[in-house]
Amino acid sequence: MASKRGGAKVRAERTPAGPDLASSVPWYRLMVLTRRFEDEAERAFRRGKIGGYLHLYSGQEAVAAGFLAAIRADDIFFTAYRDHAHAIFRGTPPQAVMAELFGKQTGVAKGKGGSMHLFDVPRGLYGGYGIVGAHIPLATGAAYALRYQGTDRICLCFLGDGAMNSGSFHEPVNMAAVWGQDGMCPIVYIVENNKYAMGTSVDRSTVVTHLASKFGLHGIENEQVDGQDFLTVRRAAERIVARVRATGRPYAIEAITYRLVGHGAADLFQPYRNKGEVEEWKQRDPIQILERELHRAGVLDDAQVAAIHKEAEEKVAAAIKYAEESPEPPPEELPRDVSAQG
Amino acid sequence: MAQVLTFRDALRATLMEEMDRNPAVVLLGEDIGVYQGTFRITADFLTRFGPKRVIDTPISELGFVGAAVGMAMLGLRPVVEVMTWNFSLLAADQILNNAAKLRYFSGGQVNVPLVIRGPNGAGVQLSAQHSQSLEALYAHFPGLWVVAPATPADARGLLLTALRGKDPVVFLENAALYGAKGEVPDGDAPIPFGQAEIMRRGHDVTIISYSRMVHLALTAAEQLAQTGIEAEVINLRTLRPLDRETLIRSVRRTHRAVVVQEQWRPFGAAAEIAAVIYEGAFDLLDAPVERVTGADVPMPYARNLELLALPHERDIVAAVQRTLYRQ
Ligand SMILES: Cc1ncc(C[n+]2csc(CCOP(=O)(O)OP(=O)(O)O)c2C)c(N)n1
Ligand SMILES: [Mg+2]
Repeated sequence: MASKRGGAKVRAERTPAGPDLASSVPWYRLMVLTRRFEDEAERAFRRGKIGGYLHLYSGQEAVAAGFLAAIRADDIFFTAYRDHAHAIFRGTPPQAVMAELFGKQTGVAKGKGGSMHLFDVPRGLYGGYGIVGAHIPLATGAAYALRYQGTDRICLCFLGDGAMNSGSFHEPVNMAAVWGQDGMCPIVYIVENNKYAMGTSVDRSTVVTHLASKFGLHGIENEQVDGQDFLTVRRAAERIVARVRATGRPYAIEAITYRLVGHGAADLFQPYRNKGEVEEWKQRDPIQILERELHRAGVLDDAQVAAIHKEAEEKVAAAIKYAEESPEPPPEELPRDVSAQG
Repeated sequence: MAQVLTFRDALRATLMEEMDRNPAVVLLGEDIGVYQGTFRITADFLTRFGPKRVIDTPISELGFVGAAVGMAMLGLRPVVEVMTWNFSLLAADQILNNAAKLRYFSGGQVNVPLVIRGPNGAGVQLSAQHSQSLEALYAHFPGLWVVAPATPADARGLLLTALRGKDPVVFLENAALYGAKGEVPDGDAPIPFGQAEIMRRGHDVTIISYSRMVHLALTAAEQLAQTGIEAEVINLRTLRPLDRETLIRSVRRTHRAVVVQEQWRPFGAAAEIAAVIYEGAFDLLDAPVERVTGADVPMPYARNLELLALPHERDIVAAVQRTLYRQ
C-alpha cells in the first residue's frame, strides 16, 4: 500500500511471535469494540438520536490503536473530529462517549462538545477539533510545554491527509522543527492518510502525494507505514515514540489507511469513489488482519474471537442504553464553563 | 507611593516582574528577542530570561498563537506579542475558535490562561492594513476578555490581572500611547476586569471611551468646561466584561451620553455601549446617545486625510453640544 510516488519504503517491522502478540489481544478487543461502537452510533444517528455531524473511524482503527498502544499513561494526544475510537482506545468509557454523542449531561463534555470535540484530559486526550488542521498548532505548543516543564512526556498529533493542505499544518510544523533543534518539541505527527478529504482525493489536492515527504521540507524526519496492520504500526510507533522521547525532536509518519464508511454519516452516496475500491480495501480490514495474526500465533482462538465480539456487542448496547437513559444537561449548564472567572 | 512611568515602561516592568515571580510565563512573538521588540516592550528580556522563555517565532501568526493556546492548555502562561493587532487576523481562527471556546466545548476540562497583546489602532500614517481597531471583533466572542488600557496605571493593573487569570485575554495597547507618561502605583495592585474608572467628574453629560480615545475625551472635557459644561469622563478599561453599572449610574445622573471610539461606526463598540445605556437609562435620557467614531473608510495614508478619518476633540465637543441642544 505504499504510495506510487516518492518511493520511500513502507517499513515492515514484524516480530514473528512473543509477548508483542499476546499484549496485542487487548488492542484487538478494543478495535472490535470501537467498530461496533461506530456501527451502533451510525444506527442511532439514523434514528435521530445523534445530531450534527458524525464522522466514523471504521477501517482506520489500526493507526490510532498502534500509536496509543505505544505511549505511556502520562503522554498526551490531540486529534480532529474523527475521534471516538481515539478516546475509547485510551480508556474513556464508551458510555461516556456515547452519552456525549447523544448530547447528555453524562457525556465526556456534559453534552457541550458532541462527536467532534471529545476531551478526556485525565487520560491525556486534549481534544477532538472541528476546524480542519487547527489543532496542529495546539499540539505543537503542548509538546513544547511538556519539555518546558522538564518532563519526558510526549505528544501525539493525529491529522488527516486533507489537513496537510492548510496553513494550520505548515506553520506549526515548521516551528516544531525549529524547536526540535533544542530538543523542545517531543511530538509525533501521525497522518491518517485515508485517501480522501471528504470527496477530494489526495491526488486532486496536491502534487506531492507522498505526504510524509512534506515534513521533510521542514526538516522533520518522516516515514510511511501500512496503516492497516496493527502490529506494524505498533512496532513503528514504539520505535518512534522512544526516539522522540529521548531527543525532544518531532517526527512524522504517514499511515496509509482507508475509511470503509462515508466521510460522515450524511455521506450516503459517495460519488467520489467506486464500490470496487471500497471492496478492495475491505480485504485489508485492520481488524481481520490482526485477528489472522493472533490466530496464527496461537494467542487467540475462535471461541475467544466469538467471545470478544459478543462482549463488544454487549458493551455498546449498554452504552446506548446508558446514553438514552441519561438526563439532558439542565438549563443551568448553558452559561457554565465559558470562562474560568466571572 | 507611586512613580511616573511611560506606558511602555509600565508594561515592560510588569511583564518582567511577573516573569521573575512565575516561571510558567513564557513570551512568544516575532522579533521580541534578538531584535528587542518592534516597540521595545521586551527589550533585554532575551538576555534576562533566555530563549526558552523568550521565543522569537517565524512569521506564522496562526502557528504561534495556536501553539501558545496549546501551551496554555498544558498549564504554561504564554504571553503572545502580535507585532500589531492587524496581524492577529491571520490567527483569528486560533483566537476565536480555539482559545475562546475550548473551555466550553471541553465541558470545563481545560483552561486557556493566555494573554495576547500588542498595539491596536491608528494615528501614525500606517494606512489601510496597519491601522485597524479590532476590539469590536474580539469583544463579540464569549470566552475572551478584551482589555483596552488608557493609562500607564491601567496598563500595569490590567496586565497583572490578565497574567494571573485563567482565561484568554485580548490585550489591546495603542502605539501612540507607548510614550505617554502617568503615575503608576507601586506594589502588587491588579485592576479587576469590568471596573471602569471615572477620570473626571461632571454632571452635564457622560463621555464614555477606552484606550487612546479617553485622552481625547479628557481634552474635550477641558474645553467644554471653559464654556460651562461639566462632562463626566469614563474610561472603560475593559470592553468584555463591560462595566454596565458604572455607565448606567453615570448616565442616569447626567441624562446625556457621548460614546467615543476610534473604529468604524457600523456594528462597533459604541453601538453596544449605546444599547446598554438605552437599556439601563432610557427613562432618564434627555437626548439620543451620540457616537463619535472613525470615518467609514479604509484608513488613508495622507496625513490630512488620516486626521479626517479619526475622531478629533472637536468632534467630541460638537457631539456633547448636540446632546445639550446647544448648536
Ligand atoms: C477549515 C475547514 N474547512 C473545511 C471543513 C469541512 N471539512 C470537514 S472534514 C473535511 C475533510 C478533511 O479531510 P482529512 O483532513 O483528510 O480528514 P478525514 O476526514 O479524511 O479524516 C472538510 C473539508 C472544516 N471542518 N474545516
Ligand atoms: Mg482524509
